[in-house]
Amino acid sequence: MKKLTAAMVAVAGVAFATSASAATLDDVKAKGHIQCGVSQGLPGFSNADDAGKWTGLDVDLCRAVAAAVFGDANAVKFTPLSAKQRFTAIASGEVDILSRNTTWTMTRDTQLGLNFAGVNYYDGQGMMVPTSLGVTSATELDGANICTNTGTTTELNITDFFRANGMSFNLVAFEKADEVVAAYDAGRCDVYTTDRSGLAAQRGKLTAPDAHMVLSEIISKEPLGPVVRQGDDQWFNIVRWSLNAMINAEEMGITSENVNATKYNDVTPGVARLVGKEGNFGEELGLSNDWAYNIISQVGNYAESYEANVTPLGLARGVNALWSDGGILYAAPIR
Amino acid sequence: MQQSSLKSIIYDARLRGYFYQVFILGCLAFGLWWLIDNTVTNLADRGKTVGFGFLTENAGFQISSTLGTWLFDYKVGQSSYLDVYFIGIANTFLVAVLGIAGATVLGFTVGIMRLSKNFIIRSFATVYIELLRNIPLLLQLFFWYFAVLRALPSKRDKIEIIPDVVAMNITGLYLPAPVIEPGFIYSVIAFVIAIIITLVMKSWAQKRQFETGQRFPVLWTALGLIIGLTMLTFWITGSPMNWSYPEFKMTGAILRRGFQSGSGMVLVPEMLAVWLALTLYTAAFIAEIVRAGILAVAKGQTEAAYSIGMRPGMTLRLIIIPQALRVIIPPLTSQYLNLTKNSSLAVAIAYPELVSIFAGTALNQVGKEIEMIFMMMMVYLTFSVATAAFMNWFNARVKLVER
Ligand SMILES: N[C@@H](CCC(=O)N[C@@H](CS)C(=O)NCC(=O)O)C(=O)O
Repeated sequence: MKKLTAAMVAVAGVAFATSASAATLDDVKAKGHIQCGVSQGLPGFSNADDAGKWTGLDVDLCRAVAAAVFGDANAVKFTPLSAKQRFTAIASGEVDILSRNTTWTMTRDTQLGLNFAGVNYYDGQGMMVPTSLGVTSATELDGANICTNTGTTTELNITDFFRANGMSFNLVAFEKADEVVAAYDAGRCDVYTTDRSGLAAQRGKLTAPDAHMVLSEIISKEPLGPVVRQGDDQWFNIVRWSLNAMINAEEMGITSENVNATKYNDVTPGVARLVGKEGNFGEELGLSNDWAYNIISQVGNYAESYEANVTPLGLARGVNALWSDGGILYAAPIR
Repeated sequence: MQQSSLKSIIYDARLRGYFYQVFILGCLAFGLWWLIDNTVTNLADRGKTVGFGFLTENAGFQISSTLGTWLFDYKVGQSSYLDVYFIGIANTFLVAVLGIAGATVLGFTVGIMRLSKNFIIRSFATVYIELLRNIPLLLQLFFWYFAVLRALPSKRDKIEIIPDVVAMNITGLYLPAPVIEPGFIYSVIAFVIAIIITLVMKSWAQKRQFETGQRFPVLWTALGLIIGLTMLTFWITGSPMNWSYPEFKMTGAILRRGFQSGSGMVLVPEMLAVWLALTLYTAAFIAEIVRAGILAVAKGQTEAAYSIGMRPGMTLRLIIIPQALRVIIPPLTSQYLNLTKNSSLAVAIAYPELVSIFAGTALNQVGKEIEMIFMMMMVYLTFSVATAAFMNWFNARVKLVER
């Protein structure tokens, strides 16, 4: 019943939102905060503590945009969304940014009226099984019961994988991640599948985390990134460049600790442009020129955010290291 | 002259009535136009199109084996989104019908228990009603689902309920499945004919009882007729139906052990939990409706029945319930409608009903919010209207005939 109503309200949202709502930046400024769609609790990416304070890599991205727009990283309100609700929420204008471990795919980019503003985590889908099964490879999973989230790429990838390998399986797809974990924990399924980052994050919720293992196969590409509505290029640019600013800051070695000193002492032209001493990149975005300075001083660079949030899950930088460190993280230059 | 005719127009109640109606209609039409125009503009802004073409596209996700996937022979990559829609409808319909049946039987029982003279029976009913009515349905759903899961043995183990025929484990309740062969249709025809004969016989017997006072054992004759005629036809046509029994393996690849798909029939635990939760929850409301209905029948009726020598059971069945039904049916109808709509909560525990797979998974893949939510609403509307129509018909039948 509640779900039904929510779905209908979302549709009503599309119908009632006045057609002049193209300028998200103006709306956001009038509201005084950014409404950010996040997960319902995925440690390391977007998770609320007991006091209701949100932390995570995806949360930091929204904070960065708030710092860029308002000069205040705390001018954000969070809307927890299930995988199934998320696209309707962003399309209907319920949230201004969707930053919820969302995979960039062609369908989503071209058919849902949405745009992906970049990638903040390169992931891939993995599978977890109880060690007691004695299974060591995903190719031994013929006949398995598999638990996962509904409304995800996960659902499609796993179907593709089993079809490609000529194996049969039964899918049990829940709306919320907590129920997936609980059902897998109770033994309803032999396999729990989702993004590998998700596996690492959810593992801690199992009764005996050590009694499970992640299989070595990575069965898909999951570039996760922030999503905005199609048709508002300015807002799209603000989100894209907020992310780029964090990555570029890491590359230049600018952190929340040293950004103040840097702002006065560093005369390297690239750095001067980033912190707003040279050029008017901020104004071109419709913001103030210290937009990136605010991001770095209040939220930090990409590495700082990663180490605070994702490293504790036991996930090394891997492909998410900078291109100059052997990874594939590569942000366009600010110039 | 002019003046007064204008006045008479302004003060003419009928004309004024028309004016207001036209005015409201105009407002409505404008509102509707505004909504549609807005929707179209907003969708165009985001580069989205409107249309039902997506229904013929192939769906790329697996759906857990349920009545729907069996009825529509779901195959990933071959079945369309339209199939997904029908599967969702079938699964919603299944829990709604089972839930309504279960909740009605249980609700009537508990409602009558609540009025019992026996303290224990009465208190049990009271506690049941107060407890179940006041805990949110979603919590009950989770409770039953995880209670069911925790209570059952693992996939590679089982509890036998009837050895080799009915068994259960965490993957579901396994039953034999009928395998129908050509020629079975004759048994179905025989069954229908037997029912028609029974109906004719019943009205004949009633007429005879009215006229002569003689009673005719309708129930036994009908049972004999229905079972006898059907079985006889079945046997003559060479028993054209077999049973497929669930097959359980304890050897082979570890994930292949357990019940084998393609043998027998499985009711997944998700469905059982939804059914259980909807039944128990709605029964609590129905029980109160039944109690109110019975209390609404004047006490004199019972006394009158007793005074002509009727026993309590008979009094309840022949005097009280028929009169109470008049009070019971309208609110009962709305409970049935609630139950159907509440079945959409099942998405929380992975039961693939309409809201879950069509307005959820499929919607997420194709992003046609307007079209898909509209299609979903049509289904609930049809269910509701059909239930209400049936109950109105039934209500008209049991209504007190005033002379
Ligand atoms: N990246 C995938 C999967 C995203 C997803 O929903 N993952 C689940 C499992 S890790 C999740 O985030 N759950 C948290 C929640 O439901 O709030 C997608 O975009 O479709």
